[in-house]
Amino acid sequence: MTLIRPDERGRFGEFGGRFAPETLMPALLELEAAFEAAWSDPSFHAELRHLLRDFVGRPTPVYRADRLSQELGLDLWFKREDLAHTGAHKINNTVGQALLAKRMGKPRIIAETGAGQHGVATATACALLGIECAVYMGATDIERQALNVYRMRLLGCEVIPVTKGPGTLKDAVSEAMRDWVATVETTHYIIGSVVGPHPFPWMVREFQKVIGEELQEQMDGGDSGRPRPDVIVACVGGGSNAMGIFYPYAGSSVRLVGVEAAGHGLETGEHGASLVAGSPGVIHGSRTYLLQDDAGQVLEAHSVSAGLDYPGVGPEHANFKDRGIAEYVSITDAEAMEAFHLLSRTEGIIPALETAHALAWVANERDDLAGKTVVINLSGRGDKDVQQVAALDE
Amino acid sequence: MSETATTPLGALLGKAQRSGGAVLLPYMTAGLPGPETSLDMFRAMADAGADGFEVGIPYSDPLMDGPTIHEAGLRALDAGTSLDGALRLLEAVVTTTGKPSVVMTYVNPVLRVGVGEFAKRAAAAGASGVILADLPAEEADHFQAAFADAGLGLVLFVAPTTGDERLAAVAAAQPLFLYGVAELGVTGERTDASSRAGELAARVRAVTDVPLVLGVGISTPDHAAQAAAVADGVIVGSALVRRVLDAPDAPSAASSLHQAVADLAAAVHSTRS
Ligand SMILES: Cc1ncc(COP(=O)(O)O)c(C=O)c1O
Repeated sequence: MTLIRPDERGRFGEFGGRFAPETLMPALLELEAAFEAAWSDPSFHAELRHLLRDFVGRPTPVYRADRLSQELGLDLWFKREDLAHTGAHKINNTVGQALLAKRMGKPRIIAETGAGQHGVATATACALLGIECAVYMGATDIERQALNVYRMRLLGCEVIPVTKGPGTLKDAVSEAMRDWVATVETTHYIIGSVVGPHPFPWMVREFQKVIGEELQEQMDGGDSGRPRPDVIVACVGGGSNAMGIFYPYAGSSVRLVGVEAAGHGLETGEHGASLVAGSPGVIHGSRTYLLQDDAGQVLEAHSVSAGLDYPGVGPEHANFKDRGIAEYVSITDAEAMEAFHLLSRTEGIIPALETAHALAWVANERDDLAGKTVVINLSGRGDKDVQQVAALDE
Repeated sequence: MSETATTPLGALLGKAQRSGGAVLLPYMTAGLPGPETSLDMFRAMADAGADGFEVGIPYSDPLMDGPTIHEAGLRALDAGTSLDGALRLLEAVVTTTGKPSVVMTYVNPVLRVGVGEFAKRAAAAGASGVILADLPAEEADHFQAAFADAGLGLVLFVAPTTGDERLAAVAAAQPLFLYGVAELGVTGERTDASSRAGELAARVRAVTDVPLVLGVGISTPDHAAQAAAVADGVIVGSALVRRVLDAPDAPSAASSLHQAVADLAAAVHSTRS
């Protein structure tokens, strides 16, 4: 397959590219060159491998969910990214990018965050490597993910509230990019998903594909003693945990399913399902599917989970969708909440609300999936969501 | 051949360049303070000595804009400013003031109507060219070709971060003019004059005779005079937009703009030899 890397313009098929202000272009080109050099340097890989093993705790386990398998009538497995340090897959990317920033001699790192998981993972990597850190977070998200705000502050990171717009992930990305336009000479921007201008979608995928590569060994249908997956399911906000687990399987016979947020229901217009219900355009530096009106103004997204509350999606997913390499579906807030409780009660794992969307789809499709080996990317743990769920349950 | 000579703004910049002077090109968001009063803002600025305009088509997520122009865009959108409404305004600005104007917006609204269709409509409204703040040279070819077919120029950016080799490549695309980003950062008022514009202008001059217009952060007559001394044109945005946002009503906005633009124009035009 010709999926190894995007073309020289950073395109995945018709998607991707670099729609960024000129001020940032030299930095994007420099970043691309620096990443390419690092990625072909064995000493960079050695350092990253060491940190992923001893600091992050990789490889993360795969776990057979016996009680849920029985209840749903299928062979259900979890790739346990919730057990990675800081509680989500986001750390795979931030440790990689922070190492790269250090190699590039950037003394300051900025990031955006929605659920706060990427912010915490960035703050953690910066504390580890001794780099100054600031994270932009929408005011709405600061409220609903208070635990993670406090964690970031404990880690020595400045959390900058974004009050423009609805105060969610989209606004945080925009504000981080504006900071970067002013500080690009001394600052690296660790974008939190497979979104943004080239080289970010490619680079973040490269740092996250370790999830799928581990899974290939852990469930090889042979020496591992575990079957090969028939279906892999992951939630899709920007799409980094999904791309991380899908990518090594792209073009294989394994069915790949990305689950977007249907929020209050697709028909209400209040959702975050850019691939399922959006259309192609440019957002945050990249040509991809997004939620937009007839005039090309970006629409507000909605999801109960802050990490899926985003009107865009990574351009490689847009390409996967158009080429039929993966399929994309959506799950409402209410369905995700139900799955959140189901997983907590049945398996003793409290998932992130983002992750609960993936389980909800599997539960809905149980008849179709009967007897199949299904792997859910358990992208994160739900501690951050407990307060919000308690309030919603009342 | 470059579009520079064939559009009204290109002709104006060419003249400034030959005379060693500079022109003042205020930026204003279309539809402010309201759809009915927006034209009055441009007339006041034309009366006060503006030489041409950048008419902003509001966009929900303006990555290159600071709080003032961002807020202006959101207010204009709330007031119902559409693409066609903004282009009708531009047409009225060009016909009533006689000043050449360019459209300023972002890539997505253009893609939404289609690049060719957008070019047709902007040209029909009398625009000289288009500025897209998130369109770097690497992505520009398709846009520039469609704009050229409609008789419009495309503006390309150079910034203090743009290296010499890249700068020469951007200039070689023969944009309507080079928009020199005078400050690292997004649009917004600054207290100090740019410390990097002079160096940027010198680097541009060394490789091209495409007209250079400086913008971003230029807020006072003093800043404008310094920019005019090294460039063919000066763009002032946030400092003017703020006056409209802060004014209690349209007439006071217009008179506040008149005064500010008169001072800026005097500063910019004083460099004419
Ligand atoms: C646990 C978890 N899963 C998923 C996501 C969604 O992001 P992505 O689609 O990039 O994996 C987030 C984002 O904050 C998250 O925290």
